[in-house]
Amino acid sequence: MGMGALLILIGYFLGLYFFDSAIAGLVIAILVWAVLSLVGYFQGDSILLTMSRAKKIKRDDHPRLYNVVEEMKIASGLEKMPNIYIIDDPALNAFATGRDPNRASVAITSGLLQKLNRDELQGVIAHEISHIKNRDVLLMAMCSILLGTIVILAWYGSRFLIFGSMTGSRRSSSSGGGGGAQIIILVVALVFMILAPIVAQLIYFAISRKREYLADASAALYTRYPEGLASALEKLGTSTGQLKSANKATAPMYIINPFRKKGMKASDLSSTHPPISERIRILRAMAGASFNDYDQAYRQVHRGGTGVIPAASIAAGTVPIATVKLEGGAGEPNEIQRARETSDVMWRLSNYNTITCDCGAKLRVPPKFKEPRIKCPHCGRTHQV
Amino acid sequence: MVAGIIIGIIVGVLLIVFWILYNGLVRRRNQVKNSWAQIDVQLKRRHDLIPNLMETVKGYMKHERETMEAVTKARNLAQQLSSAGAGERAKAEGELSSALSRLLAVVENYPDLKANQNFLALQEELTSTENKISFSRQFYNDSVLRYNNQTQMVPSNIVASMTGFKASEFFEVTVAAEREAPKVSFTQ
Repeated sequence: MGMGALLILIGYFLGLYFFDSAIAGLVIAILVWAVLSLVGYFQGDSILLTMSRAKKIKRDDHPRLYNVVEEMKIASGLEKMPNIYIIDDPALNAFATGRDPNRASVAITSGLLQKLNRDELQGVIAHEISHIKNRDVLLMAMCSILLGTIVILAWYGSRFLIFGSMTGSRRSSSSGGGGGAQIIILVVALVFMILAPIVAQLIYFAISRKREYLADASAALYTRYPEGLASALEKLGTSTGQLKSANKATAPMYIINPFRKKGMKASDLSSTHPPISERIRILRAMAGASFNDYDQAYRQVHRGGTGVIPAASIAAGTVPIATVKLEGGAGEPNEIQRARETSDVMWRLSNYNTITCDCGAKLRVPPKFKEPRIKCPHCGRTHQV
Repeated sequence: MVAGIIIGIIVGVLLIVFWILYNGLVRRRNQVKNSWAQIDVQLKRRHDLIPNLMETVKGYMKHERETMEAVTKARNLAQQLSSAGAGERAKAEGELSSALSRLLAVVENYPDLKANQNFLALQEELTSTENKISFSRQFYNDSVLRYNNQTQMVPSNIVASMTGFKASEFFEVTVAAEREAPKVSFTQ
């Protein structure tokens, strides 16, 4: 772990400078890291879900979503059904969380739920379930905590160093003659303090992107239908709305980068996610649905070079893609119906009572409404509440 | 003395290797069993859904008696065979899938039925159950492949033959029409 090493080095220099002993600095660095990790480990998922104001749903609230999650749970061989949450936000996004596969949750925005048909929804959920199955949630949580610790320590460290050197370090008296060595350590430490967060950030982004590719590959394998995820990503890519509740620490868990700016080529070094257009091209270039096929498609899109799937996961041979499905099936609700269905769910989750009047109007009765009867404002019929 | 120690070490190492391989085989075999149970759950669920479906469509589809009877017959046959081996069972379930898809294909001709909320909910359940069957079969076959590989490959095949691990049967799709079931039935 590159970042762990960086953290330890920072601790080392801080300790060397302030306490005359590298060990003290190391202990502090590791303590800070341990506390943050423990909080992240035990509370990470509930903090994240509360922050995004996600609402938990049951099977009856949204049978299609529940079924799709269950299908992917079966396809991935996950042992326990993850909790399902809906975030009331028109932005298009979804994420997975939970420290281990038995305590996992998937969340999806209401905007995305309206936009996707069944196959696309399946692709997105498969991607999220892959994050759970591959234990990316835990990995990325630990990485982001590590990154956070490095940034905090480096920030304070560099302030103290600058402040200390300007006012004549209180430590120069105690170690007397070592002035030259002191300055060298100071310079090296300063440079390090500035570089460490940047390097850590880049490592973090690289890990995150790699896990995204792996999750895409697993999604294709589980659904045996890469086109589902590809066309979902296409819809996601055209949206410009930013998710209100996302923050930097949670970014890698979303299906697309929640901070992406319009027209940004979110590629290369400075993003948690690979560019959407590239992910789509890889998925569409797949000849089969196996990891092997994904790896080959990746190489094809990148014109050779190394693949992206860990060699240990690649089994020989290919898996055929499922028979081509057509969009807009007979039994499948169209976008307008999906929008109505989703808004019904959101009202219900806010404890609103919905009464459908004979004239076709839907009355949303707020939970505070105490009258026994309500009159339809459209046609004047009265209803029992 | 030295020879004794060396022999002891070799025997110890062999025992550890045996232990690891044996546990690996048991884990794989349990996974196969688990994933078979998963298919079982979904097939049963489909058997349970069909009477409901028949009850709902009965009033609308007056001219499709043959199609409906074929579904009921296939369902009853599949239910009778529910304790048979994987191969035989796959065939019966395949027949049921194709009968079901023929029935759902003619739903197109009944707009009233397509507007029925109860039917739509049932159709979602059936689509999903159909998907779950194929996903659990997919996972089952992957587990069987991994397990069978382990029972046949050196060195775990030695342990397998000593302790009686036998290769498992795949759940293959035997009816060609079944392969197309989801396509024909729901997304035309």
